[in-house]
Amino acid sequence: MRFVDEFRDAGTARALASRIAELCRSIPGEPGREYKFMEVCGGHTHTIYKHGLEDHLPDTVTLVHGPGCPVCVIPMGRVDDAIAIAEQPDVIMTTFGDMMRVPGSRGTFLESNAAGADIRMVYSPLDSLKIARQNPDKRVVFMGIGFETTAPSTAMTLLRAAREGIDNFAVFCNHVTIIPAIKAILDSPDLRLDGFVGPGHVSTVIGCRPYEFIPRDHGKPLVCSGFEPLDILQSVHMLLRQLAEGRCEVENQYSRVVPWDGNPRALRAIAETMQLRPYFEWRGLGFISHSALQLRDAYRAFDAELIFDVPGVRVADPKACQCGEVLKGVLKPWECKVFGTACTPETPIGTCMVSSEGACAAYYNFGRFSRERVRHATALPTPSIGRR
Amino acid sequence: MTTDEQQVLDRIDRARRRRPRVREERITMAHGAGGKATHTLVEALFLDAFRNPQLERLEDQAVFPAAGGRFAFTTDSYVVSPLFFPGGDIGELAVNGTVNDLAVSGASPLHLSAGFILEEGFPVADLQRIVASMAAAAAAANVTVVTGDTKVVQRGKADGCYITTAGVGVLERDVELGADRARPGDAVLVSGPIGDHGVTIMLARGELEISSDIASDTAPLAGLVDALLDAVPRGVRCLRDATRGGVATILNEVAAASDVAVVVDEAAVPMRAEVRGASEILGIDPLYVACEGRMVVVVDGAQAPAALDALRSHPLGAGAAVVGTVAADPPALVLLRTEFGGTRIVDMLIGDPLPRIC
Repeated sequence: MRFVDEFRDAGTARALASRIAELCRSIPGEPGREYKFMEVCGGHTHTIYKHGLEDHLPDTVTLVHGPGCPVCVIPMGRVDDAIAIAEQPDVIMTTFGDMMRVPGSRGTFLESNAAGADIRMVYSPLDSLKIARQNPDKRVVFMGIGFETTAPSTAMTLLRAAREGIDNFAVFCNHVTIIPAIKAILDSPDLRLDGFVGPGHVSTVIGCRPYEFIPRDHGKPLVCSGFEPLDILQSVHMLLRQLAEGRCEVENQYSRVVPWDGNPRALRAIAETMQLRPYFEWRGLGFISHSALQLRDAYRAFDAELIFDVPGVRVADPKACQCGEVLKGVLKPWECKVFGTACTPETPIGTCMVSSEGACAAYYNFGRFSRERVRHATALPTPSIGRR
Repeated sequence: MTTDEQQVLDRIDRARRRRPRVREERITMAHGAGGKATHTLVEALFLDAFRNPQLERLEDQAVFPAAGGRFAFTTDSYVVSPLFFPGGDIGELAVNGTVNDLAVSGASPLHLSAGFILEEGFPVADLQRIVASMAAAAAAANVTVVTGDTKVVQRGKADGCYITTAGVGVLERDVELGADRARPGDAVLVSGPIGDHGVTIMLARGELEISSDIASDTAPLAGLVDALLDAVPRGVRCLRDATRGGVATILNEVAAASDVAVVVDEAAVPMRAEVRGASEILGIDPLYVACEGRMVVVVDGAQAPAALDALRSHPLGAGAAVVGTVAADPPALVLLRTEFGGTRIVDMLIGDPLPRIC
């Protein structure tokens, strides 16, 4: 399939893998040194596990999974708030599919539906607007989640709702911004990283400039990366090459999609409809100032937090849950005390176990096996009859 | 891998073998998706209440001896939305699905029952269309609908038309097939391109604004099973039609029931470009997408070429392929060798990506 297969070619991957291994050996310093890179974005985490990308990396390169899964950073209190809105009369709540199984303190959206609420999965906020048009006697709320990647689509929907005068539509805004999250990681004292595989789709909107403080102030290189497995492998290679050549800068691997200055139209749409909140709670990371978006006063009429009676109660994360350490890359998923036993994809305690982009769910679903034993099992070839 | 990580993996493995328990207070859509939640409901609730050796096998049908012969018996309900879709409708599905659940035991399907739950206000013309296509499907599969039932519920208490069929067949061959019979060294085949039905239904709902020529693969598989068992009378371990939950769910059932590893080669899995494209766009894994006319075959490795020839010689198996092998270790796990050259787990489906697919 065009535009997919060329980014997943195993031969190219093997060639790149051997260049990565070679670079690791040639970097001046102590031989056998380990390199840790954080992929910020949950989309990258998903790709890494889905394609088994780590099989192409030498043992000396470790990928640490970062905080960029939008579902994983939503605190329980916000899920409770969404359910409280959905339970009010004549409300249709809409959101992206990944949110359906995220546990609040009183259960998930799926369970709310089973108890009588009407919470629907949509692929775009514009679908919510369509539902609002089709149901003039209901109040339709879109739960907006995600980084700058999805915020423009919520913004465009708000602009359209205002233009068309659709007054039974509202947004429960939970959009967050990436830079404060990366700052929180960089300020974390227990973290040892050699560089970042930078977000791809966020950067299509904000561009590469906002990351320039990372090499400048923190001495870590960052490479904005695409989401196909060869993109990520190439980004790792670019990071290692910077280290080998003694450079430390922001580079753009995903230049086929990411303009250096971002997407001014998308940024304008966000700026027109939303403003920074003074502070916002992130699951596992706590309160981070100026890290999330809320609707501007001009769009009050669409703000679900003003229209509805939202409890807004802060719910502490379950004690056993170590999502925060996992999100910061301090703990590997399997190092969490409840991983895989009390906390599983079907009964998640922490949000990292819910979304397919969450580090724990990705590891549990795709990577939960012993590589040595698997190497033995997969050594037997499939008979080459009948291959497509 | 460190020993610490291995200890965690071993602990998870033990946790997974524990008796399942239904934790939810109410039924959610996930309980009907054919994945983990469905299995938990079946094993913890239904199996617990009805426990008997036939049911414990958790096959798609029960095989029982009577009057000096062996018979297969099965039932299935159909709630697909929309009722009419490219390549078929709920009526054709209700016949083929039950015929296939009988056929994959090696039985020749004989008779079906049909129960209709109709919503007040449902157009009689639509019901006529559905019944006509059931009659045509029954004739094509060489079965007769010999008994039935009709109920009508108030408007809003059902979605148009639901159908439940049950079927009985006779085992004329001396075969014992089951998900628990896979052995290391066996080969795994699929009888054609996967995921056509599920993607067709998704697109037919018109919510995604993607258009395509793809049609459901709904078909009766008894003829294909006959062709396979004629050519390979010994050495076929297990047949399963890959419906709700897709090929991945079947392979997980085989891996768990036989306590073996199933290793699948991603590049070998036959799939139409439309299915692959739609799956990429929607972020779903085609291995979990339903088929209604494809089966998974586990066969003695030495017999794989003969099995493949037999499948391919039949029109419904023209796209058959060997997709993987069975290994001893790690037990109860399905592994995928990715096209990219890596390895990953293919677990049971969690959650509910595509409700009411059949």
